[in-house]
Amino acid sequence: MAANSEPESPGPGRATRIGFGLFWIYVILYFGFIALVLFRPDVLSSRPFGGVNLAIASGLGLIAAALLLSVVYMVAARVVESPGGEKR
Amino acid sequence: MLYESSPVAIAIFASFVLAVVALSFWLGRKGQSAKGYYAAHGEIHWFINGIAFAGDYLSAASFLGICGMIAFHGFDGFLYSIGFLAGWIVALFVIAEPIKSLGKFTFADALDAKFKSRGIKLSVAISTLVVSIFYLIPQMVGAGDLIVPLLGLPHAVGVILVGVAVTLIVVTAGMVSTTWVQFIKGSLLVFFCGVLTSMILSRGLTVNTGSLEPQTRSVTPDGRVLVDGQPQTRDHDLRPVGTLAALPARYGDATTTGPLGPLEYLSVLEDSRIVTWSGKKSTDASGTHTVFTPTEKAGADLLKPGGYFKGLTTGKLADKLDFASLMLALFCGTASLPHILIRYYTVKDAAAARKSTVVGIAAIGAFYVLTLFLGLGAMTSGALDPTSTNMAAPLLAKSFSETLFAVISAIAFTTVLGTVSGLIMAGSGAVAHDLVENVLRIPMDDAGKVRCGKIAAVGLGIVAMALGILFRNFNVSFLVGWAFNIAASANLPALVMLLFWPRTTKEGIISAVTVGMLASLTWILLSADTFEKVYGLSRDASPVPFSQPGLVTIPLGFLVLIVVSLLTKAEPKGKPA
Repeated sequence: MAANSEPESPGPGRATRIGFGLFWIYVILYFGFIALVLFRPDVLSSRPFGGVNLAIASGLGLIAAALLLSVVYMVAARVVESPGGEKR
Repeated sequence: MLYESSPVAIAIFASFVLAVVALSFWLGRKGQSAKGYYAAHGEIHWFINGIAFAGDYLSAASFLGICGMIAFHGFDGFLYSIGFLAGWIVALFVIAEPIKSLGKFTFADALDAKFKSRGIKLSVAISTLVVSIFYLIPQMVGAGDLIVPLLGLPHAVGVILVGVAVTLIVVTAGMVSTTWVQFIKGSLLVFFCGVLTSMILSRGLTVNTGSLEPQTRSVTPDGRVLVDGQPQTRDHDLRPVGTLAALPARYGDATTTGPLGPLEYLSVLEDSRIVTWSGKKSTDASGTHTVFTPTEKAGADLLKPGGYFKGLTTGKLADKLDFASLMLALFCGTASLPHILIRYYTVKDAAAARKSTVVGIAAIGAFYVLTLFLGLGAMTSGALDPTSTNMAAPLLAKSFSETLFAVISAIAFTTVLGTVSGLIMAGSGAVAHDLVENVLRIPMDDAGKVRCGKIAAVGLGIVAMALGILFRNFNVSFLVGWAFNIAASANLPALVMLLFWPRTTKEGIISAVTVGMLASLTWILLSADTFEKVYGLSRDASPVPFSQPGLVTIPLGFLVLIVVSLLTKAEPKGKPA
């Protein structure tokens, strides 16, 4: 390992690893949406739920997903950082 | 369009601004240490800090720019909302906790925590200043735009008003009052946008065809403004636009829907027909003429991608890459904005940083959902100014009442105050703490550090005012896109690699920040958008294939950092550079 690590970088604790997992879930959702906008806009014009089209539904869904994942992260981090949490 | 200022509007506006400045003086009355000035003693409650994140982040581009873009171009404006919010995921999951544990006052502190290098401090301080200034320009331009209709004063007066108020706020109490200004502004913005949205939904949709005659605005060589060939006056002015031509067939002969639920509103709009207006500019010996013409469109066409980002429908690869590049920059840019990053130093620990980010995401997410309704409400309000997309939200409020217009305009102005004060705070920290104290190594006591920060804040305030007046004709969202691209290209690679790649060296960081900043800046200056909008040249003369640099310059920053780090030897342990 590099000798230039003083002070040590914050190691990837369990909360950090959970954060990374959630981050990659969102990356897939976000860039999946961008790929649809770029290559299959016709899919986004469809109205699978009857009311609003998929473009708006997925836009609102991405905003809701960001909030949901952030709350999951906050709760999960609190659990793993509680006394004995890292051992769970 | 010409606007008439009303005494109610002026009174409400003045009370807002005076209340904010008074609060700032009250908070700043205590004596200050450097930690108090730059980081509010690290004692801000996480909830307050979370809403202040929203106040910091929801700038003129979010409020005025996105609403206007949705009102004139439909769904594509909402893509900005989606991208701006997605950036917070990077901030929360990747950056928030490490940066809190590494830094002290500024973003450069965090990047330099491991190496204690003047080179890192210098390059990061310069990138902080460049990003802050690029972000400042659209805020100041937006402030000037707001003042014209609200108070009937010239654009430059608006810019100077913001400049003076913000400098006062920052100089009086530093990060404490800046945080409270942003908290108040963030709360008011989300609350009143919620009120406005509920009014839009309870008003429902009403057919209002209006006149569909084209309108022409001309500016003669001697500076006179003509409307359809006659001098522009309040009685002979451009007509407000943005109407609903027809409701869905299921409404039969009815011309109004009555109150609608949120999803029902979107669904009805999608089946309706809407008249949007666009302007085409031409120049001849008699002056510059902009002809505004109406187009009736199906709601379904306005609520799908491609209304603003034409490249999404042309099928040209360069246009698609341009869009992908913008969305990448929005995703990566948020967590690289210095004025957002410094807010992590105002709370006490990493857990508080995490909680305040979640509160920020909730407030910002709620706001961006509201922007969709505000933009679409403005699109069919019959109140839009065809010459200014930035005025869509305030004019929508005006279609309900003069008082609401004054309140929304005052909040928009406070929005600018909040964001600008955060930016000036970040810039003054970069000058005083990073450049003067750490790069030039001029010894200063605690009071000296605060004094130096305040002098830097006044200097930056003056620069911001000058640039706001100079760039008055620039598009607000366009400039914010630049700031995100530069921030993401210069700062994100260094930040991420420092946190997660142990072989990162100081030379790698300095090179990545410098190359990322210069490459994105150069790309922007050579882009087709800049050729057309800034230099007035043909788009075809641009040597770069698309305008948004992020897709190339963000990976370039990572690549440079990795290559330089591998080529340079790590410092021996215990010997800081």
